[in-house]
Amino acid sequence: METENGKPSFVQAGMSIIDCDLHNRLPSHQMLYPYLSDYWCDYCEESGFPGPDADDYPDGVPTSSRPEIIHPSEDRLVSDLARLRKHALDFWEVEYGILTCGYRVQSVHNEDFAAALASAVNDWQIEHYLDTEPRLRGSLIVPSQNPELAAREIERLGGHPGFVQVMLPARSQAPYGNRRYHPIYAAAVRHGLAIGIHYGGAPGLPPTSVGWTSTYLEEYVGMSQVFQAQVLSLVSEGVFEVFPDLRVALIETGVTWMPSLMWRFDKEWRGLRHLTPWVKQPPSAYIRQHMRMTLQPIDAPPTAAELLQIVGQLDSEDMLMFSSDYPHYHFDAPEEAFPTQLPQSLARKILSENAKEFYRF
Amino acid sequence: MENTTPKRSKMPVIDCDIHNSIPPGGLSPYLSERWQEHYKTFGLRGRIGGYYPRALLNAARRDAWPPSGLAPGADLGFMQEQLLDAFDIEYGVLTPLMPVGEQLNLEFGDALARAVNDWQVADWVEVDPRLRASIVPPYEDGDLAAAEVHRCGPNPAFVQLLLLARTRDPLGNRRYWKMYEAACEYDLPIAIHFGGNQGPITGAGWPSYYIEDHGGMPQAFHTQVISFVMEGVFERFPTLKIVLIEGGFAWLPPLMWRLDATWEKLRVEVPDLKRKPSEYIRDHFWLSTQPMEEPPKREYFEQMLEQMDMDDKLMFATDYPHWDFDSPARALPSFLKPELRRKILADNARELYAFDKL
Repeated sequence: METENGKPSFVQAGMSIIDCDLHNRLPSHQMLYPYLSDYWCDYCEESGFPGPDADDYPDGVPTSSRPEIIHPSEDRLVSDLARLRKHALDFWEVEYGILTCGYRVQSVHNEDFAAALASAVNDWQIEHYLDTEPRLRGSLIVPSQNPELAAREIERLGGHPGFVQVMLPARSQAPYGNRRYHPIYAAAVRHGLAIGIHYGGAPGLPPTSVGWTSTYLEEYVGMSQVFQAQVLSLVSEGVFEVFPDLRVALIETGVTWMPSLMWRFDKEWRGLRHLTPWVKQPPSAYIRQHMRMTLQPIDAPPTAAELLQIVGQLDSEDMLMFSSDYPHYHFDAPEEAFPTQLPQSLARKILSENAKEFYRF
Repeated sequence: MENTTPKRSKMPVIDCDIHNSIPPGGLSPYLSERWQEHYKTFGLRGRIGGYYPRALLNAARRDAWPPSGLAPGADLGFMQEQLLDAFDIEYGVLTPLMPVGEQLNLEFGDALARAVNDWQVADWVEVDPRLRASIVPPYEDGDLAAAEVHRCGPNPAFVQLLLLARTRDPLGNRRYWKMYEAACEYDLPIAIHFGGNQGPITGAGWPSYYIEDHGGMPQAFHTQVISFVMEGVFERFPTLKIVLIEGGFAWLPPLMWRLDATWEKLRVEVPDLKRKPSEYIRDHFWLSTQPMEEPPKREYFEQMLEQMDMDDKLMFATDYPHWDFDSPARALPSFLKPELRRKILADNARELYAFDKL
């Protein structure tokens, strides 16, 4: 039920909205030069380095960009921020929007260079987004392949009020429960930042447990298996026992797979918990307490009844947080961005209250 | 590990996952001298490096060690007593987990495959008519695998092929197609079983613990389902049947939704697909029940079965003699309707496998 101005009913209803997955995009690698040392600028120029590319959003692929944004017509000449305001912040009338910059420094194996690029892209985000648009909050890009350098970047900027989380790409060299990552979590907790595990990444290892896929479609769908491995790892390694204040958002890989994973994982734990005695509660308890999932792409079942079943099977009203995933293309009509058949109190939680609490606005 | 008191189930039972194992020297009669010598000298060599010690020795139930001193699953008499007779099993499908497909030395893998297959027929199926064998092919090489299927396929003792879930490449890949072509010729399903180790076992590298290895195995199955569908395998081989063993099944409805939704957006990349991914899945895949996901509420389990809409495709398995054994008398939820229980316990498997040809 759309209204004249094309806005969906849940926006019209005037409920507060927090959009937890908005993509800002570096227009060109040269934009970072003001934030890089002369050494790294020369390094980029002489080598013709075009910026790291994880190829997780090939240009032109429908899921990478909504049709009206691939062909921006009147948008062509305006800035990334102006487009983002028009198509996301103003359109959804968001109270806060969280940027999830997809700059993948993890694909750069020179770790000092990766750290310099991360710092530069964070400074660029501050100047061009966070200090410019008060509705926006940011995600820190860190060289997570070297957790010590990553922690240093969190220490450098974690106090900036614009940043609310540290961004980790879903694909990694080792699963994120591994204790090598503890410095990142310690620094994040110290600064009150969440961890956002986001679709994508290219650490140089195969994207599945059985090697490389032939098509992008397989890699895209299969990303939820990578998320599942990360969930198993974070819980099994006892990260939430070591860092009881750690909060982890699972961003942009669907939500419907979570109930069956929790059932299986709890059953595994009942049989095998003597091998990981530091995992004191059933895994689903840690997941419900510490993890949140963003809504789009929701991978909704064909009927509204089935979707309600899945939301019910989470056994939690706190886990889902609204996202439009601008500018990615997951729904046609804006009305489809949110399952409006949900009861109003739950809708309110998903649209803003869960995120408000999780990100501590 | 379940301490089972054998108890006859009132309905017929077909067990789709029985692990028989090879006693010391058991393969020697089926290997040439050259390969016997090779086996003795170099042993099994695969892409090792991912070792997750299992909860129990041989991952076996404590009570599955036969008095003969052989390993669990190696003593047919004891297996008959503890499983086949105790639960009045109508048919049992053998799933020996010898990693022949993972051998780095392909010729050795090929010789080993032939030996394991001959051993299954002579030492098991010909001794107990309730049992059927799985062709274990050297599956990482399409030509060798196809040749072994052609060698064994005409023998009705074999009812399927058996691969391990963590393959070198996703199984829709063309390098495996010759094997599928041969399997279709004999109308043999391809069974994919829990296991395998040929590279990082997640899409995010190596985890640390057995619970991640064991609990993360479904993700390998997901990848195989995605790959089979997206590579157009079922358009190329319309009669191909795939059986997923010991991978669970509650994850399938969400995977079908995600595949359908993504295919709607990205189908330009896979123009050969004529139907929705979920339609191929419901037509071409069978799943064994063990280890079954156990939702905290009965209604969730019922919702899941309805969402899945594959009542004709679920098949009971015990996974004998492993620690997470499911008892035919107790594993299925008590609230299942009798007709569905009957399908899962035996009818679906009897329909799929050509048991009566032998």
